[in-house]
Amino acid sequence: MPDQLIFGMEVFLNGLMAGVLYALVALGFVLIYKASGIFNYAQGVMALFSALTLVGIMEGQVPFGHLINAIFGTEIHHFGWHVPAVLAILLTMGVMVLLAVCVQKFVFRHLVGQEPIILFMATIGLAYFLEGVGDIMWGSEIKKLEVGLPQGINTLIDETTYGWFGYGFFIDNLDLVATAIAILLVSALVIFAQYTKQGRAMRAVADDHQAALSVGVSLNFIWIMVWSVAGFVALVAGIMWGAKSGVQFSLSLIALKALPVLMLGGFTSIPGAIIGGLIIGVGEKMFEFAVGPLVGGATENWFAYVLALIFLVFRPQGLFGEKIIERV
Amino acid sequence: MKLKLASLALGMTVAAAPAMADLVFPSLSYRTGPFAAGGIPFADGYADYFTLLNERDGGIGGELARVPECETAYNTEKGVECYEATKDDGALIYQPLSTGITYQLIPKVTADNIPMHTMGYGRTSAKNGKVFSHVFNYPANYWDGASAGVNHFLEQSGGSLEGKKITLLHFNGAYGREPIPTLEALAEKHGFDFNAIPIDYPGQEQKSQWLQIRRERPDFILFWGWGVMNQVAIQEAANIRFNMENFMGIWWSGSENDVKPAGMGADGYKSVQFHNVGSDFPVFDDIRKYVVDAGKAAGAGDQVGTVLYNRGVYAAFLAAEAAKQAQAANGVSEIDSGMMRDAMESLSITAETMEAAGLPNFGPEFTISCENHGGEGMAAIAQWNASTEEWSLISEFAPADASVVGPLIEADSAAYAAESNITPGCS
Repeated sequence: MPDQLIFGMEVFLNGLMAGVLYALVALGFVLIYKASGIFNYAQGVMALFSALTLVGIMEGQVPFGHLINAIFGTEIHHFGWHVPAVLAILLTMGVMVLLAVCVQKFVFRHLVGQEPIILFMATIGLAYFLEGVGDIMWGSEIKKLEVGLPQGINTLIDETTYGWFGYGFFIDNLDLVATAIAILLVSALVIFAQYTKQGRAMRAVADDHQAALSVGVSLNFIWIMVWSVAGFVALVAGIMWGAKSGVQFSLSLIALKALPVLMLGGFTSIPGAIIGGLIIGVGEKMFEFAVGPLVGGATENWFAYVLALIFLVFRPQGLFGEKIIERV
Repeated sequence: MKLKLASLALGMTVAAAPAMADLVFPSLSYRTGPFAAGGIPFADGYADYFTLLNERDGGIGGELARVPECETAYNTEKGVECYEATKDDGALIYQPLSTGITYQLIPKVTADNIPMHTMGYGRTSAKNGKVFSHVFNYPANYWDGASAGVNHFLEQSGGSLEGKKITLLHFNGAYGREPIPTLEALAEKHGFDFNAIPIDYPGQEQKSQWLQIRRERPDFILFWGWGVMNQVAIQEAANIRFNMENFMGIWWSGSENDVKPAGMGADGYKSVQFHNVGSDFPVFDDIRKYVVDAGKAAGAGDQVGTVLYNRGVYAAFLAAEAAKQAQAANGVSEIDSGMMRDAMESLSITAETMEAAGLPNFGPEFTISCENHGGEGMAAIAQWNASTEEWSLISEFAPADASVVGPLIEADSAAYAAESNITPGCS
């Protein structure tokens, strides 16, 4: 088999894995947009905030330690304990639920009925607020995230493909884990949305707020629930991306990777986020592999957005988005 | 950190009026934004060194040093705003800490007669003082760094790079592309194959680049990254089991921040440095005693001895030494930016100067002149030990290949002079 074909297969598989990671970020956007019509600019910062909180809890860091020390002249930084990863994840989830309650109570409850652009701007404010709070709460240094996820080349795939092609494929163990978790997460979300009372209520709210309210669905509860689920998705994305780069401010920029996925897959479709992520992941990697060397490389961001733009032109609602027909 | 920033801003406002006689060293810092993890230790080191001089020595030549901070968030527009907001406060020197801000400030500082020190960043050809009268980039620039890296690879390869393959993995922007002309010239001279692989900002996803590296199997990699790009690149190198002995970052890709997230995978990773590493220097004992323990540190005091904190201390040390030499040359303690510029143009840093400041062998010895604003381009190689979580220098400070770097600087500065209508010369 020609070398370029073998290399192309490796790039294709890695593109799929990268796409899963993009889809993880995009999922959080979709959930909130689907249920409330809000494009949540703060989704990337939520991933950062949740990952910061997770590391802080695991390491027994005193929240707002720098602030407390500056005000009271104390020297407290750590509680002196280490929390196991599973327990820390559960506690972080609790923090994200609390955040969802606060967001709903102090921000969006007061903005019911406002134009979508107002709600969008509120999420911009929320992003900056969370960024600052995360910084003061946990500090801005880069933190190593150790939740026991495997990293590095998968030797089984390496050896097997070497046996087949005389060239071992590189597949990162972390990407395999991320794929498995994404499958579980999406399955759980679909089951939740289709087969639970709360899930059906969420879908009802997504379809028509007024109609849902008229049959007794609590808009307040549903929105808190949706923001909590989006917080959980943000935590998962934060763990996966944080394991690659350490937990740091730049985690919030992963949202940049989700935008073309959303444009392509549609803002209202969970399968769209997955398929969109895979198309973007594979497309940008294959384009970089085939065309990158001819034009000096670093084509991935460009390609992702151009592909999304092409989809927008021909299918504005995205691959799986709902076509909006407004009757006059 | 933000509280500290607020306190500093308040302090600036309160102290501004009665402190006109102070020696003012504005700090264009970035404690927020995606690069804050790198900006904070530098800003802390810069401020803490001047605080040490104030607390221990009563300032510089009897004048207190003042370090007003202005937050740039590593953003060029904000950096220029910071310059405009602070320059009339008696600013003696600017260290903008960003190549983008540097490019914008070059004409401004020249017009305002304020020297600018871009240590290990900025416009490389500013080394030619005949063209860039107010810009200094001692002790080393990016082209020196590229040369130092290749020299080390040369040594590793037993004196010949013939037939070897060196890859530059770099940030896809002006900063990352800086070393390409030097490396191309060095490739021709030493007979190695050279290729460059760019990474787009912010660099959280680098799978394509590392798959390409895995396919092409370069013998050595030089790395020009910043921010999250650094941590991801080092992790990916570990993932594909690239030999860390052959992977070397420039000084902006060689701090504790960059290697710690990869754990043991980063063991053996190297970086080019223009100053020493670690905290085993007398000055740090004094900083702990007079600054940190006295509650006067700019930050939490937990960065002392880290690579980027040391760089901040070193930048402040070089600025303070220039101020001292300006005071001595003019016979006054209150100096202005013009005197500071002249002193920088005749600055001499010797082993004795560093020893006296509690920084023995902390950086290379060098002398500045009108023709040469960058020194001899001395750099050393540091290596990361993941077990002890420490950087250590594994080579002496050695000069760059002047036969390659010199002509490139001449050519680039001549082009700048032509497009800016500058007649090169020394006054």
